[in-house]
Amino acid sequence: MRRVAGIDVGGTFTDLLLTEVDSSGVRVRLAKVPTTVRNQAEGVLAAISAAAVAPADLDLVIHGTTATTNAVLERKTAKVGLITTEGFRDVLELGRRTRPKPYGMFGTFEPLIPREWRREVPERVMADGTVRTPLDEAAVAEAVRALLAEGCEALVIHFLHAYANPAHELRAGAVAKALWPNPYVTLGHALLSEFREYERGTTASVNAAVQPILDRYIRRLQDELRTQGFSRDLLVMNGNGGTVPAGLVVEAAAKTVMSGPASGVMAAAATLAQSGLKNAITYDMGGTSTDVALIAGGVPEVSAELTIDYGLPIHLPMVDVHTVGAGGGSIASVDRAGMLRVGPESAGSEPGPIGYGRGGTRPTITDANLVLGRLDPGRLTAVRPGVSLEAIRAAFARDLAGPLGMSVEEAAEAVIRLGNVHMTGAIRMVSLSRGYDPRDFVLFAFGGAGPLHAVALARELGIPEVLVPARPGLTNALGCLVADLRQDRVRTLNRPLDGFDMADLRAVLEEQAADALAMVAEEQAEIEETTVTYGADMQFRGQTHLIRVALPSPDIDRAALQELFEAAYFRRFQVRLPEIRAVLVNLVTSVIGRRRPFPLAALIDGRGRTDLAGARLGTRPVYAGGAWHEAAIYAREALPLGAEIAGPAVIQQIDATTVIEPGATARVDAIGNLRIRAEGPSA
Amino acid sequence: MSQLDALTLAVIQAGLQQVCNEMDIAFSRSAFSPVIAEADDRSDGIYDRDTGALISQGEYGLPVFVGTMQYSTGELIRLIREARVGAPEPGDIYIVNDPYLGGTHLMDVRFVRPVFVEGELFCWLQNTGHWPDIGGMVPGGFSAHATEVEQEGLRLPPVKLFKRGTMDQEIFSIISSNIRVADQRIGDIKAQAAALMVGESRLADLLAKVGRKTLDAAIKEIRARSAERMRAEIRQIPDGTYRSEAFVDSDGVVDEPLRIALTMTKAGDGLTFDFSGSSPPCRGPMNSVVATTYSSVYLAVKHVFPDVPINAGTFEPLTIVRPEGTFLDARYPRPVSGCAAEVSQRIAEAVFLALVQAIPERVTAAPAGTSGNFALGGFDPAKNAPYVMYQITGGGYGGNAGHDGLSNGCSTIGISKTAPVEVMEQYYPVLFRRFALREGSGGAGAHRGGFGVHYEVELLRGEARASFVMDHGRFGPPGVLGGAAGAPNVVRIHRNGETFTPLHLSKDQNIAIRAGDRVEVMTPGGGGYGAPGTRDPALVARDLRRGYYRADEAKDLWGEDILGGTQS
Repeated sequence: MRRVAGIDVGGTFTDLLLTEVDSSGVRVRLAKVPTTVRNQAEGVLAAISAAAVAPADLDLVIHGTTATTNAVLERKTAKVGLITTEGFRDVLELGRRTRPKPYGMFGTFEPLIPREWRREVPERVMADGTVRTPLDEAAVAEAVRALLAEGCEALVIHFLHAYANPAHELRAGAVAKALWPNPYVTLGHALLSEFREYERGTTASVNAAVQPILDRYIRRLQDELRTQGFSRDLLVMNGNGGTVPAGLVVEAAAKTVMSGPASGVMAAAATLAQSGLKNAITYDMGGTSTDVALIAGGVPEVSAELTIDYGLPIHLPMVDVHTVGAGGGSIASVDRAGMLRVGPESAGSEPGPIGYGRGGTRPTITDANLVLGRLDPGRLTAVRPGVSLEAIRAAFARDLAGPLGMSVEEAAEAVIRLGNVHMTGAIRMVSLSRGYDPRDFVLFAFGGAGPLHAVALARELGIPEVLVPARPGLTNALGCLVADLRQDRVRTLNRPLDGFDMADLRAVLEEQAADALAMVAEEQAEIEETTVTYGADMQFRGQTHLIRVALPSPDIDRAALQELFEAAYFRRFQVRLPEIRAVLVNLVTSVIGRRRPFPLAALIDGRGRTDLAGARLGTRPVYAGGAWHEAAIYAREALPLGAEIAGPAVIQQIDATTVIEPGATARVDAIGNLRIRAEGPSA
Repeated sequence: MSQLDALTLAVIQAGLQQVCNEMDIAFSRSAFSPVIAEADDRSDGIYDRDTGALISQGEYGLPVFVGTMQYSTGELIRLIREARVGAPEPGDIYIVNDPYLGGTHLMDVRFVRPVFVEGELFCWLQNTGHWPDIGGMVPGGFSAHATEVEQEGLRLPPVKLFKRGTMDQEIFSIISSNIRVADQRIGDIKAQAAALMVGESRLADLLAKVGRKTLDAAIKEIRARSAERMRAEIRQIPDGTYRSEAFVDSDGVVDEPLRIALTMTKAGDGLTFDFSGSSPPCRGPMNSVVATTYSSVYLAVKHVFPDVPINAGTFEPLTIVRPEGTFLDARYPRPVSGCAAEVSQRIAEAVFLALVQAIPERVTAAPAGTSGNFALGGFDPAKNAPYVMYQITGGGYGGNAGHDGLSNGCSTIGISKTAPVEVMEQYYPVLFRRFALREGSGGAGAHRGGFGVHYEVELLRGEARASFVMDHGRFGPPGVLGGAAGAPNVVRIHRNGETFTPLHLSKDQNIAIRAGDRVEVMTPGGGGYGAPGTRDPALVARDLRRGYYRADEAKDLWGEDILGGTQS
């Protein structure tokens, strides 16, 4: 018997998926417990205990944590010092001349390392990597001592052009490490060897600022697991959608930032693969925000240009998740000119929608779903006594229906429709504006509210099919369970392709691969197969944006690379530019240690699924398309495989509700996914 | 209008916005010029078929273009009616950069494409992109000394660069023969045209979904609603007359300040802006064309009420008295290269300084308000190639009711990011000695101004010519409600062992430098908000700890008492 647990800590819940494999097959256990905010480890242990398993019986734990993301967003980070090139200590504070929003002259920004802990030392490397001013090692030692005296716990050493020649950073690092009492020393080029001093320095400062926090958390978790007898391997999720061993995760702690949304996308990719699909737009709608991402050809899109928060770019390869600040809690209102608005204001989770009964008084998208019967109003009183559907309807009448001259139902439907229209903007940004047509994709809906809106949203976008996985509320935990081990390497070259020595290209890629393979190999026991992928970030001479070109192998000739680049450029921009030279900017290598695939069919319990009638809970009125319908209500857990359901219908499960709009039809596929043909009138 | 429900309206409004946003993104992502690709110095919008009035504009576009592009579409329509420009056909794209035809400066090149539905003109799509060079006496186009527009570069009346989908090679070769570093322009031209095509295809999707009649009706209604929304904001401003002024250092030719005098009157739900009493047209390039003057007022108001959506209706409640006879209504052949980047920001500053008297909670003290344009043109012997390097910098924003001003904020009229030092040093033969926060530059106040930037760049190889068009060198950005002004802009040239400051402080052109010479720039800090003596002593102490101010400076600015309480 081999037991593997995927455990994801989310904002509200800590989810666990446990697989037990033996000669008789695969079994699954699930658990969902409240997240323990102050010490996430308690929730993790509670989840293991809720699954009725002893930590000592686990063979492997794969863990996704929000500890680092939260620390950065709430600015509860470690005290970090910076040693940098003379003349440049303010780079992290000045940024690149921006303001938070295009309009409005208000706004503030605090860098992760305040000015009093930023020190300069004499040294200067030129753009071509040559040394103009040698490193003053005594000054480095003095700066290190001063920062320690100030109480700094972590240190960043970030020099100009270190991507071109890291010698000074390496030497200063050696001086610092001899004095620094812990391993929290981050060298700017080590995480990211690309030019742009602000982005590289900020990425390094994020790393240092979360290193002690992640280290303490992982140690505490390991200690507590060990106390309960668990002595096997712990893997931790990274934002690139892969995992790394706990012993290696702290060194590149910044890579765990935004790993939560990434694991959801990895779960979607695994589900697609076992459903015979390749292309999906993932749509994860929660209470306060919505994440969308694109999977093309089975592979999630990856970007190295994400931003955590205003002024905090993090240029590490991460699953390219586009987050919109709109969710079930988005507030609907009528503005001073009588225009209906949904968001950007949000009731968040406190006070939350009116229906949560935590003091919310303004209508939200979630409340609109209750008014229309899309969410079960019968569950309202069960959750929070004192909240009634009448109270919600009264708020809709007062704030929306009255001013707009509509019925309450019409107003609620308008709120949902307008919320969907805003979502379509986000989805177009990850698909159409990158050269993909949404009609070639399925909409993969998960999260608490994704399946509620997915069919209507798909109609809005012309997407033919919606897929709701068997466990839409446990997708991130599933992501942990299916994620592969992954190491990425990036090196900036920035040279024209013609005249480039292709032997150099090969040497760089092979060196990157060897380095990454060595790290992945530490978890050899877990790995079924190791794959190496190569890529080149390219542009036409004079451009600043990059296009990633996948390389079949390090052994590629110049003409073939030119052709691959031109084809990728044309697909994205529909423009050919034979007049202009191509430039090879970065070389990228990713090593993926593939774990044994997890049979998703194990997620559903085949027992008790007799026929459709057995799953039917009854009917309730659901408002759609301007009229009330008596919609059938089904229990998801009891739907037989192969069952077909015509809309209007609502399918309920513990942590999600799926709405089948009138005219749409749903089918339960062989691994328990709901596959919904969205076609029908645009809602 | 009864057929159009609130939902349809909101859906169409969001749909039009998305069309424009996608054009913005498509343009930037495929452009060559870093000014567009990195700095987003461009904008895209949809315009009325009959009047050119703004229907929708991208949220990611450069603010100064928010008002100008509808005027330039309007001028094109007029010229077509007068048969001075060929009538539109499907697939055409007009190119125009004439400042006097609803424009800004010559570097801002507009592409205009007619959109036909069932053989009839439905609307116009337009985008503007800032080209890195347009010919003229100074690389990059920001002349400080020009006295007529011909010296500023190639001026294009509206002509069809694309005819029925095909680029006219003859017109292209006229353009490419008259601009510097022309080999990359073909990429920008294709990107600029492709963005309009993206817009056309997205608009076709929207049309297919809602139908032409509904879309037409919705556009009218959205415009009326935006006007009403703006009126509702204006009603909250106390009735009255508010006066303010702002000064441009000089016109670059005659060393005297240019005055912008603003009388703003609020009555009922309208705001009137009267610039009577402003300086007459000037000899140098600090004249503003009227489209830019109007746009500067619009963008300032939009900065104060950022939630109001942008279309022609938004600005209906604003009345601007045409400032005839002043430098804010320049006519041919007055030079205008400074209008989009600098004069526009002084106009916006005057609007802020008037509005802050009326609604002090919603407006900041004056921001740095200069784009900090520094162009270096030369020949790199190591690469055996000419180059034009552009450096722009931000400055401090004004303190405000809530907090201190932002440091190194973008220009008021822009959203452009600066290029990283490492990128500049990769592309050009220069070395930055420093790129630092300018200590002491934030104007004192209960909430102080943000800080400007202090940089120093050395030429490594060969020879080059340096040109500047900046502002606020004579007077710093004013503080309000008792706050002090931010530090003024400073330019210093370190040449051959000597240091000097340009005669016009913030403007000069073609200063010859050679390897080893340095250019040093300090950009303005923001104005302070409220009396300095009321600042939280803990914040004064923090600013000292961070080295934002020296102890003696702080004593002068905030008074001994505050410091006394924080020395412990």
